Amino acid sequence: MEWLDPLLLARWQFGLTTLYHFLFVPLTLGMSLIVAVFQTVWYRTGDVRWLHLTRFFGKIFLINFAMGVVTGIVQEFQFGMNWSSYSRFVGDVFGAPLAFEGLMAFFLEATFIGLWIFGWDKLPRLAHLASIWIAALGATFSAYFILAANAFMQNPVGYEMSADGSRAQLVDFWAMLTNPVALAAFPHTIFAGWMFAAMVVVAVSAWHLARNQNVELMRKTLRFGLWSTVVSFVLVALAGDQLSLVMVATQPMKMAAAEATFNTVCGQDASFSIFTLGTPDGTSELFSIRVPFLLSILSTHSLDGCVEGINDLNTLYAQKMFPQFADQVDGNFAPVLWVTYWAFRWMIALGGLAALVCVVGLWVTRKKATRPVAPWMWRVAIWAAPLPMMASLVGWVFTEMGRQPWIVFGLMLTEDGVSPSVPGWTVLLSLVAFTLVYLTLAIVEFGLIKKMAQKGPDPLPDPDAAREPDSIENTPTTVY
Amino acid sequence: MDLAQLWFWIVAFLFVGYFVLDGFDFGVGMSLPFLGKDDIARRQVINTIGPVWDLNETWVIVAGAALFASFPEWYATLFSGFYLPLLVILLALIARGVSFEYRHQRDSLRWKRTFDRMIVAGSALPAFLWGVAFANIVQGVPLDADHEYAGTVLTLLNPYALLGGLTTLLLFFVHGVYFVALKTDGEVRTAARALAKRAGVVTVLVAAGFLLWTVARAAGAEAPLLPAVAGAAGLAALALIGSVLANLRDREGTAFTLGAITIVAAVATLFFALFPNVMPSTLAPGSGLTIDNASSSDYTLTIMSWAALVFLPLILGYQAWTYWVFRTRVTRARIEKAALVAH
Repeated sequence: MEWLDPLLLARWQFGLTTLYHFLFVPLTLGMSLIVAVFQTVWYRTGDVRWLHLTRFFGKIFLINFAMGVVTGIVQEFQFGMNWSSYSRFVGDVFGAPLAFEGLMAFFLEATFIGLWIFGWDKLPRLAHLASIWIAALGATFSAYFILAANAFMQNPVGYEMSADGSRAQLVDFWAMLTNPVALAAFPHTIFAGWMFAAMVVVAVSAWHLARNQNVELMRKTLRFGLWSTVVSFVLVALAGDQLSLVMVATQPMKMAAAEATFNTVCGQDASFSIFTLGTPDGTSELFSIRVPFLLSILSTHSLDGCVEGINDLNTLYAQKMFPQFADQVDGNFAPVLWVTYWAFRWMIALGGLAALVCVVGLWVTRKKATRPVAPWMWRVAIWAAPLPMMASLVGWVFTEMGRQPWIVFGLMLTEDGVSPSVPGWTVLLSLVAFTLVYLTLAIVEFGLIKKMAQKGPDPLPDPDAAREPDSIENTPTTVY
Repeated sequence: MDLAQLWFWIVAFLFVGYFVLDGFDFGVGMSLPFLGKDDIARRQVINTIGPVWDLNETWVIVAGAALFASFPEWYATLFSGFYLPLLVILLALIARGVSFEYRHQRDSLRWKRTFDRMIVAGSALPAFLWGVAFANIVQGVPLDADHEYAGTVLTLLNPYALLGGLTTLLLFFVHGVYFVALKTDGEVRTAARALAKRAGVVTVLVAAGFLLWTVARAAGAEAPLLPAVAGAAGLAALALIGSVLANLRDREGTAFTLGAITIVAAVATLFFALFPNVMPSTLAPGSGLTIDNASSSDYTLTIMSWAALVFLPLILGYQAWTYWVFRTRVTRARIEKAALVAH
């Protein structure tokens, strides 16, 4: 039966659990840094308002962090559980960055997060501040290693086939770590994480400002969040531009699929369509809004560049580069076009929209603004928070669906990577279990973050009242 | 000793570390229904592992990644073959992890009860299933010529493996209860000592049975490291008995240390018995996985060895420091003070 096809189910499971894991990762990457920055300001200035902000956003960060950890274990186990043939084939190469990630990043992150949460009244101030920085650094390291592993699937480098052809073997670890795809994907991913976290800060601040509460603190964080989002967006876009250059060079089929270009086009004809209505199979278009030259600029940074089309690439792959796989894929090495085409556009649109909201936000909340911010504007700022996250998710859909039909580009097809010994019903069972558990947790998680965010920071101390200078940090507020 | 053998022992070391550390986390979780008379007591119990459960759990992620990188064939066969037990372990670890974080977020008794139950189940299931899994690895499972698992989930539920599961469950339980006694004060501490006294005897009997069976199997299979198997099993048994006696005399530190040694020696017994295989097969000889036919290339292992050499001491250093920072007991007074602030 087709719905019990282990390949299809394993792919759905990997897609869903990875996207779900990535709901939490960007916020961890960005929020750890934001909390570290707030705490640093408090450390340097002694201004207790920044301590309150550190603790407030720290709580939001922590609820999110636990989810990132527990859903991450699933990812590592899943390679072996559902993709044993893949694991046997690439383990010699692919396992190393995962092991490095564990040794260099995960331990650092997990240990120092614990020290930070529970160490408020146990560590000297500087050591406590260092803990959050080290945890943030650990999170960033881990992103690099996992992206280097992913980059091998997109653009295998630093390996050699074993003598019997049964597996890929690492021969140049440095080449694998400096895979151009990894070098470009890393900043793209990190900045996207910062952007989402900054946007969450904007939304939380807007919620309080709309109700005229915690104004003194939230006004600060609002401006901080708006600026951070806009700056991050510019960085995301620059890194994304680099990434697309690398993509054209290493996986031209993915760029052709992003634009659904069947024939090789050059210069003015290498146009970028903003919107297209076509036949369902994507082979011919009915209506399209196009920007001439733009695809050429995106792909080659020149006006007269050429972008190879799907048909030409298929001929090249089937006849010259990968003839041994041609029959298995019926001569078609292209991914599912409507997915790549729309995911690419939605990624750009969602990210751009979020940045636009923040640019307008900076304008209407500037110091010299004469009119108060309208209530609907606060609502827009609140509801815009998920936009960068959605952009990240469709970005991953594009990257991974655009890699198809390969599991490792040019070396192994996805359909050959699945575990041969695991029956379909087993994968279905785990797919259903993960979906139900994850759905429940997402609802609880969102409810808790919302409640925490709406409760706001602890009230600022009354400046007239006599109080112990350091009492707030000597109180164990964070115990389970 | 070649690099593949070195990595066999590094993988063993990482799993030993995982079972010693997350072992007492599991025990602490399982002890909740016995030691948590009221909410303050329950919070005392949970907070003994509050700052460290996450780093303890990270050991399994690193052990898994090291297994993947150094023995891809072992990793692929084990994880696809033991699919359902691992699925349950994953779901349990998810439930346990989020429960620590969520249970104190609302003041409702029902809310807290729900997460308490999830902590108990999320601790007991992995504690049992890891034992089942490792006993099966040592005993051997049906593997076909491609090293793919050829049994069903029922194949894994055999008497030796079930006894192995019961052994880890009980060992982790007493180990965790020792830890609670060591890290709390007042009624919880007294109750933990008493609980360990009651559970200790059963644990000694079950663990002795499993260790004897393991030694007998290793002798039957003419395991090359048979003296080490017998020695480690003996040490595990002695340390366990010693920890029970120390607990009878209310020596909490000694009991916990001996409990940790018990787990080190018991897990070492299994790895000694396994050597030089990594996944023996019960079907045709030659279909099983050994250190030689499951390992990565020398180049990969060399790079990883350097990484392990540099980072493992560093990791052990900062983790030991973390335990030092949180060395004081979780007192009832501290929880009460925190409760006043939080609400």
